[in-house]
Amino acid sequence: MLKGFFLGLGSYFLFLGSVLRRPESWREFGKSLMREIELLGLSSIPLVVFISLFMGAVLTIQTAINLDDPFIPDLYIGVAVREGIVLEFSPTIVSLILAGKVGSNISSSLGAMRVTEQMDALQVMGINPAGYLVLPKIVACLLFFPVLIVFSIFMGLLGGYLAGDWLRMVNPDHFLMGYFDEFNPYFVVYALTKTVFFAFIISSISAWYGFHVKGGAVEVGKASTKAVVAMSFTIILFNYILTNVMLQ
Amino acid sequence: MIEVRGIKKSFGDQEVLKGIDMQLQRGQCNLIIGSSGSGKTVLLKSIVGLVKPDSGQVLLDGRDWTGMPERERKVLRQEMGMVFQASALFTSLTVEENVRFPLDFFSSLPLTEKNARIAFCLDRVRIPQSALRKNVAELSGGMQKRVAIARAIALNPKYLFCDEPNSGLDPETSVVIDQLIQELTREFGMTTVVNTHDMNSVLEIGDHVVLLRHGYKVWEGSGPEILKATNQEVVDYVFVSALFKRVRAALT
Ligand SMILES: Nc1ncnc2c1ncn2[C@@H]1O[C@H](COP(=O)(O)OP(=O)(O)OP(=O)(O)O)[C@@H](O)[C@H]1O
Ligand SMILES: [Mg+2]
Repeated sequence: MLKGFFLGLGSYFLFLGSVLRRPESWREFGKSLMREIELLGLSSIPLVVFISLFMGAVLTIQTAINLDDPFIPDLYIGVAVREGIVLEFSPTIVSLILAGKVGSNISSSLGAMRVTEQMDALQVMGINPAGYLVLPKIVACLLFFPVLIVFSIFMGLLGGYLAGDWLRMVNPDHFLMGYFDEFNPYFVVYALTKTVFFAFIISSISAWYGFHVKGGAVEVGKASTKAVVAMSFTIILFNYILTNVMLQ
Repeated sequence: MIEVRGIKKSFGDQEVLKGIDMQLQRGQCNLIIGSSGSGKTVLLKSIVGLVKPDSGQVLLDGRDWTGMPERERKVLRQEMGMVFQASALFTSLTVEENVRFPLDFFSSLPLTEKNARIAFCLDRVRIPQSALRKNVAELSGGMQKRVAIARAIALNPKYLFCDEPNSGLDPETSVVIDQLIQELTREFGMTTVVNTHDMNSVLEIGDHVVLLRHGYKVWEGSGPEILKATNQEVVDYVFVSALFKRVRAALT
C-alpha cells in the first residue's frame, strides 16, 4: 500500500517532467490552449455563477442568524460574509467542485484517448503525447481558474447582499458598508495563491490518472473516480499547509 | 527495406518474442500472421518503437533505427505511417482535420498545397467530399479505416504499418481495404507491414508472409505458397477451419 503510493508519486513526478517541456510547435500549442480554455474554463462559468450566488446567500443567512444581537451592527455581518467568501468559500469550495467537473473531464478524455490508441498514434508520428495533450490543459487551468475564482468572489458577494436584502435579515446599507470595511488586499493574494496551487493540483493529478489508464472503458471510469478522490485529498491538505504558511 | 534482427521482448517473466529475424522488402505487402497472443502486435510495436525491445535491432533501409538517438528517430518517424487496430482517429477532430494533423505538425508546405495533399489522400481512399466535415465518430468502421489510411499516408511515408486492418469489417469491406493497402504500397513503393488473422488477405495480398507461434518465426513464404506448405506449424494454424480443410483436400 505504502510502496504503491510512493511508486505512484515517483511516476507522477516523472510524468510532470515529460509534460513541462517546451512545446514542439507553438502554433499547435496556441490552438490547443484556446480549445482547452473554452472546454475547461469558459464552460465552467454557469456552474460557478450558480454555486457562488447561492453560497453567498446561505452565508449571509447563517451569519445573520448567528450574529442576531442588537449590539452587533449589520456592518460586521457584511465583514464576516466577505471574509468567508474571499478566504475560503470561493478559492477552496469552488476549486473542489471544479475538481469534480474539470478534473474528471481531463482524466476521462485522456483515458479514452489512451485506450483507443490515439496516444500511440501521436507517438508514432513523433509527437510527445504528454506534452501535446496535457500541457495545454495545465496552462489553461493555471490561467483561467484565477479568473473563475475572482468571478466567484463577486458572485458570492452579490448573492450574499441580495439574500440579506430580499429576506430582510439585515439593513442592506450597513451590510454593504461591511463589504468595504477594513478590506485587506493580502487576503485576495492569499486566495489567488491557493487557487493557482489548486489549479495545478487538479489539472496535473487528473491528467496523470487519465494518462496511465490500462484496459477499456470501465478502467477509464475508475481512473476518473480515483482522480477526484486524490485531488480532493490533496486540495484539502494543501489548503491547510498554505493557510499555515500564508496567514500565520 | 526493413531488416529485423534478433528481436526479443519479455513482459515480466513472460517471454513474448524469442528472437525474430526477418527481411521485409520495399513495394511489397509483408504480412505477419499467427494465433491470438502469438506476439504480432508486440512485434509490430517493437518495430515502430512503441514498445522497446529487450534486445535486437531494426534497420530501416540500412539505418540503425533501434540504436538511434531520440532526436534522429523523431525525424525518421515522418517516414512512417501507422493504421491502428481500432483506427485510433482523433475523435475530437473532423475527417479532414485528422488528415491535416500530421501535415500541420511536420510539413512546411504552403496552405494551398497542404489542402491539395489532403484532398488527394482522401480521394485516394475514396472518402466522398460530403464526409469531410463529419466528426470521425459518425463514420462506419470501414470508413474510419479509410480515413486512418489517408492520415497514415499524408506525409508520403516510406513505411506503412497496419495492425489488423480488417478486424471488425465484413468480408467485402475487408477485401476493399486490402486492395487499397496493396495499391498504395505498389504506387508509392512503400515497405508495408500488416498484422492479420485474415487468411483471405494472406492469399490476396501476401507478397511475403511470416507465421509467428509462441514468440518464434516458424514459417515464411509467399501467400499462395502457404497452401502447399507441409510444415506442421502451418498445417496447425491454417488448416483447422472447415473451409481450409476442404481447400487442402481439393489441392491434394
Ligand atoms: N504491455 C503489455 N504488458 C504485458 N503483457 C503484454 C503487453 N502487451 C502484450 N502482452 C502480452 O504479450 C502477448 C502477445 O500479445 P500480442 O498483443 O502481441 O498478441 P497478438 O498476436 O497481437 O494477438 P491478437 O491477434 O489477439 O491481437 C500476450 O500474451 C499479451 O498478454
Ligand atoms: Mg494484436
